[in-house]
Amino acid sequence: MTATVSRIVRDPRAQLGLTVTDLLDADFSTALVWAEISGRFFADAVRRHPDRVVNVGIREQLLVNVGAGFALTGMRPIVHTFGSFLVERGFEQIKLGFGHQGVGGVLVGGGGSFDASRGGRTHQVPGDVALLDTLPDIAIHAPGTSAETDEVLRRAVAADGLHYVRIVEQTNTESFHGPGLHVVRRGAGATVVALGPVLDEVLAATTDLDVTVLYAHDVRPFDASTLRSVLTVPDVVVIEPWLAGTSTRVVSDALRDVPHRLLSLGTRRMELRRYGTPAEHQRAHGLDAAGIRRSLESFLDGIRER
Amino acid sequence: MDNVSRLLTLMTGDEKHDPASHSTLDVLRVLYERVLDVSPESVRSPRRDRFLLSKGHGPAAYYAVLCDRGFFPESWLPTWGAFDSPLGFHPDRNLVPGVEISSGSLGHGLPLAVGVALGLRAQDLDARVVVLVGDAELDEGSNHEALELAAALGLDALTVVVVDNRSTSYAVPGRIAQRFAVEGWDVAIVDGRDRARLERALTERPVGRPNVVVADVADQEAAA
Repeated sequence: MTATVSRIVRDPRAQLGLTVTDLLDADFSTALVWAEISGRFFADAVRRHPDRVVNVGIREQLLVNVGAGFALTGMRPIVHTFGSFLVERGFEQIKLGFGHQGVGGVLVGGGGSFDASRGGRTHQVPGDVALLDTLPDIAIHAPGTSAETDEVLRRAVAADGLHYVRIVEQTNTESFHGPGLHVVRRGAGATVVALGPVLDEVLAATTDLDVTVLYAHDVRPFDASTLRSVLTVPDVVVIEPWLAGTSTRVVSDALRDVPHRLLSLGTRRMELRRYGTPAEHQRAHGLDAAGIRRSLESFLDGIRER
Repeated sequence: MDNVSRLLTLMTGDEKHDPASHSTLDVLRVLYERVLDVSPESVRSPRRDRFLLSKGHGPAAYYAVLCDRGFFPESWLPTWGAFDSPLGFHPDRNLVPGVEISSGSLGHGLPLAVGVALGLRAQDLDARVVVLVGDAELDEGSNHEALELAAALGLDALTVVVVDNRSTSYAVPGRIAQRFAVEGWDVAIVDGRDRARLERALTERPVGRPNVVVADVADQEAAA
């Protein structure tokens, strides 16, 4: 494999195209299976590697199993479409084609909870992480920047097993590299865990609070040891830009022998039935800085100021 | 009684699936005894032919044939379905040598086979991929996604065997053959108990497009 210096562009989806093309150039055992979506980012890959880059058309059940079929021949497939169609329409294909067969691959879902704010429920997948979390041993990544997208894709393709990479337009300002939880800020009070592209809002909401802020783009496996090692006051807040409560299980498990309080913030379960911008959806779910601040204040008893 | 028939008698307890199992027996014997280039010695070779049993229910005939070919010992058969047995009522590729896919849920084998054929082509591996489906299994829409793409991409390493025992609830005479033909597949319809004809249909295949063999086993079952 040739060593390459990654070119980083602003849009994480364009980054997906660049990084995947680079990986296909460098390693003949990789394959890309896609389903009409994101074709403009894969034009070079299609031209250069016609045997390893396959557009299956609008056939998402097939998409996943064709990826799994590549894996059954020893190749490392990257499988991509909108997250809703990839994860929810083809879920049994993921569970059986990859999981039960015992082969690996890198599933890359686009759109997330509200990139398609104007598109409505059909193109939104707030439940993807929770649903995939029912599978044993899946690694779930939610990169918060294009640089993290590049790093996560390279790491997932180089690794074994089944990975899901969640690519959305919303980004954080700062990139953090490497797996597990990163300590963004240390404080004497509660521990606030930001997962994926929600860190800017979390930092804005906590700027004057004496809290610890942790961040990870690796959602599963969850880095329990870092959480335990930084915990001071046993108040924990988890903020994830997908279904609220998705990570409650892993935090509870990490702190099973520590009496603690836990607040889980994320998208609300009720269907919004609104259009508008992603920012408006963030606000409606209480995931903007002001909404997070309100939730923190009502949760944290005697809130500490720095 | 020949050896495969004797091995079959060692497995009891899955009577619900008996008709499904025995409908596949002749196809399986022809494939493993006369057509496929795969053996216990080559089972890990990248160049081996692949057989994917998509219709995973009623695997007694499959187990008997694999056992007869030496993929696993005869002592496994009498305890099939037991807690400690590698042989379930649906086969698991992670437990049984020679089993290429874990199946049971219908409509997965053909889409997986398309991916396997593409993976072999990408690696310049000249091996065949044969997938067995049932006629009622074709109810599942996922098959139709797969058979369309396989023809569009000219996957001539791929062969589908449809064991047609008329088990679909909403049968239309001739639909299976026409469904494949209209997409550009090479189609053969043969008596699913006639091993010589099965062998010929499973051996001769065109260049540049996939082929399907519809193995008709309905009359014999009705008579039985």
